[in-house]
Amino acid sequence: MTVNDVSEAQVIEVTTASDNSEVGRWERACLLTDLFPERGAAALFGDVQVALFRLPDDPAYAAHGGQVYAVQNLDPFSAANVMSRGIVGTRGGEPTVAAPVYKQVFSLVTGKCLATADKAPKDDLPPDLTTYPVKIRDGVIHVNLP
Amino acid sequence: MVNSGDSQHLVVIGGGMVAQRLVEALRARDDAGRYHVTVFAEEPRAPYDRVGLTRWFAEGPEGIALGDASLWADPHVTLHTDRKIESIDREAKTVTDRLGNVHPYDELVLATGSSAAMPPIPGNDLPGVFVYRTIDDVAALRGWVEEKRRSYPAGKPVRGAVIGGGLLGLEAAGALTALDAQATVIEFGTHLMGVQVDLGGGQALKRLINGKGIGVRAETATSQMRPHKRTGHVGRLDFADGGRLDVDVVVVATGVRPRDELARAAGLPIGERGGAVVDLSCRTEDPNIWAVGEVACIEGRCIGLVAPGNTMAEVVVDRLLGGLAEFPGADTATKLKLSGVDVASFGDAHARTEDAVEVVWADPVAGVYKKLVLSDDARTLLGGVFVGDAGPYASLRPMLGAELPGDDPSAFLLPEGGGGAPNLELPDDANVCSCNSVSAGTIRGAVTEHECTDVPGVKACTRAGTTCGACLPLVKKLVDTELERAGIEVSTALCEHFDMSRAQLFDAVRVADLHSFSDIVGRFGRETVAADGGGVAKGRGCDICKPVVASILASLGNGHILAGEQSTLQDTNDHMLANLQKDGTYSVVPRMPGGEVTPERLIVVGQVAKDFGLYTKITGGQRIDMFGARVEQLPEIWRRLVDAGFESGHAYGKSLRTVKSCVGSTWCRYGVQDSVGMAVELELRYRGLRSPHKLKMGVSGCARECAEARGKDVGVIATDKGWNIYVGGNGGQTPRHAKLLAEDLTSEELLRTIDRFLMYYVRTADRLQRTAPWIEEVDGGLDGVREVIMEDSLGICADLDAAMARHVENYEDEWKAVLEDPEKLRRFSSFVNAPKDADPSLAYVEERGQRRPATTEERASGVVIAGPKLEVRA
Repeated sequence: MTVNDVSEAQVIEVTTASDNSEVGRWERACLLTDLFPERGAAALFGDVQVALFRLPDDPAYAAHGGQVYAVQNLDPFSAANVMSRGIVGTRGGEPTVAAPVYKQVFSLVTGKCLATADKAPKDDLPPDLTTYPVKIRDGVIHVNLP
Repeated sequence: MVNSGDSQHLVVIGGGMVAQRLVEALRARDDAGRYHVTVFAEEPRAPYDRVGLTRWFAEGPEGIALGDASLWADPHVTLHTDRKIESIDREAKTVTDRLGNVHPYDELVLATGSSAAMPPIPGNDLPGVFVYRTIDDVAALRGWVEEKRRSYPAGKPVRGAVIGGGLLGLEAAGALTALDAQATVIEFGTHLMGVQVDLGGGQALKRLINGKGIGVRAETATSQMRPHKRTGHVGRLDFADGGRLDVDVVVVATGVRPRDELARAAGLPIGERGGAVVDLSCRTEDPNIWAVGEVACIEGRCIGLVAPGNTMAEVVVDRLLGGLAEFPGADTATKLKLSGVDVASFGDAHARTEDAVEVVWADPVAGVYKKLVLSDDARTLLGGVFVGDAGPYASLRPMLGAELPGDDPSAFLLPEGGGGAPNLELPDDANVCSCNSVSAGTIRGAVTEHECTDVPGVKACTRAGTTCGACLPLVKKLVDTELERAGIEVSTALCEHFDMSRAQLFDAVRVADLHSFSDIVGRFGRETVAADGGGVAKGRGCDICKPVVASILASLGNGHILAGEQSTLQDTNDHMLANLQKDGTYSVVPRMPGGEVTPERLIVVGQVAKDFGLYTKITGGQRIDMFGARVEQLPEIWRRLVDAGFESGHAYGKSLRTVKSCVGSTWCRYGVQDSVGMAVELELRYRGLRSPHKLKMGVSGCARECAEARGKDVGVIATDKGWNIYVGGNGGQTPRHAKLLAEDLTSEELLRTIDRFLMYYVRTADRLQRTAPWIEEVDGGLDGVREVIMEDSLGICADLDAAMARHVENYEDEWKAVLEDPEKLRRFSSFVNAPKDADPSLAYVEERGQRRPATTEERASGVVIAGPKLEVRA
């Protein structure tokens, strides 16, 4: 079997909410099944664009397997809203996404920029990505926005 | 011209290879700008590679360009071409050029070289008798042969003869063959290349040369050249033995004579057989006049080889800058390839040393002759001769004068893999690159002290292998050994997930018959420890290895690139089947094979661009690019294009892009073949082929080359007999001209050759390696590629043919397949919770009648003319 065959049953109730996750508001994004595993999708909340990533339940992702992560869709190095279109993978076991424009690598878990590819962010944007808490209830993905 | 008050003026008379070397060496070492150098060349062009003159036929001036052209733009350097120097005034320290201008000098270097000697044979001034020395000689020879051919009925061959069977004579015979003329070499001595090669080698050489269709008459003196009765052109050679030979063209290559007339007139001492006499510092009797190259009579003789000339140039530069260098003696080692025949010799090739021992290995059937000359104890290497297989030459030549390791010197002569010759550990002072005098120690130093980690780096750092390239295999061996010794691992690993190179992974996937990334990483991936200590796992790839695996899977035929797990491997361009632009929108390029498009389809393209507000531009590959398409618009745009009969142009892929063409014989007055038809056929054959890098091709309908095919990975140029194919060209950051792979192919042969070339490249190139650097890395370079795909030296041609046949058979239009599959269409949503909403951050301004992305400043100042929703008639 390939990792695309992740069954929904494995990820019915998962959250990556941090301690202050109840501070903001929870917004419904989409169904879990709307996301292709290991491929991002953008979600729009007013003016805020969020990139969602669903990781397959593969040993390579260890505890992150089967989870959904949300980071800002804005790529700090191109100032285009494209992070959802990056390639997902791992770097030393850390789940990552690579910016599709200039290939910087970011942690999906912490948002930290792990490789700048010898470039500086555009328009003085901070190099790291904002992350958003995610919870999945009844197969629906919710994102916590500040 | 920079001429600061205290800078000295160095004048160089002569614009040949050695003059170029002298200027290069001076500019490399004279950091303080102590000298301004002026070069006076008699020929109307900058120095070129005279040794490679034959290449001029196939490759033009570019093929024999020498060194870095920017040398002549250096402010400390002035080059006057077509400016012969007529006299030297040693008293006044001036030279006078052919225009009567007088130029003062502080130091003067004679680098006038030689002229071709014309033996006093009656009839040597007849029209049709040529010498072989300069580009002008070669151009005149070509003109003559072509004129003769035109005057003959079709099929009647032009008959050529070369008088002189030395190095130059064989070059000239090769040139005649390249011009499609018959060639017979007339040699006065007992065998060919008598200076460099012994009798046994000469006989092997004769067999090989005969095999190339070149005739050889040894021990033959030409007594007369007779005119043709009607034309008055040279028509027949009469030999002293009573024989005769009908000819249309004669090339005389019996030797060269030093151009010492200026030195004579200036009263400088002249050697017994000519040449300006110099001491070991290359200085003439006059302390301010030097001589280098073939005009210098050093150690009592003139030397007609470029390597010793280059050494003299280096000596003079050292002296001019206050050094004490001396000419170390001539390295007369020679290695050349004549019409594909390897010939090399070095040291005492004729075993003239007293009691010398000769070890010979000969295979008359294969046409191979190899000989080592050793001291009487059979240990110290004194010389060698190699004909038909110069393999051992590169590693043995630097051992000249040293003891060979091992007990049996014949081990060095056995065919590769057959004998197990001991590994040679070259002494540091062994001269590896004789053209540029680079020692083994210098090459080792480039690795250990200058941190070069590959052959190109070492070439740039030391100049080793940059002239004739014969020593490159040895350079590579030295570099590899040194890297290994320094503990520098030359990693070919793709990334942290795979230890293999792309080529290795390709083979592994093909042989193991794997079809998904999960299986491939599971089988061949490297284990890493998870950052959170979650144990050892294989990793899930990254933006380096996933597109590589995607490309490998696509090249091996695994269905649609967006099918199943494959879709997760694609870079965004391949994922969206469009080209990502800086603002996050995409550009769309429909295929227009060969650059051909009907008016009806052109109108559709225009209408689509207009309706979706796309910026349009003509690409370099003769098609139309439409910019500014949003993700959610791509399917609508493509539905209209596909309905009109267009298909994906694969502008987004590491794959075949376009086959550019000129209009060819269907319209053009000069075209000799249907170049558009061929371009369309090629583009339809190779469309969609995934490769390590993008691929471009071109087809020109005649030698005028309007399609610029030689700037492409595969360039095809029509001839009156078929097609010539050139490979390894590209534009971009490191532009390269494609090199000739094969000539006068039929259309069928052309397709087969391209099939194999592309498939071999797809299978064995590195990630993002274009064809030009790939060819350089193939064992044997372009010749090696030719052997593999045209002579099937690896026995893989049937496999390559089958792989390409599968590609052609299984091709489908990627966009059409997407439009027919709702699951794939779902990927083209702007937002998962608002699939048809445009990205609200997009902003445009108008420029030259079209829109373009707004800059940060324009956004801030509010001059933006339209947001993303500038709408559109769908």
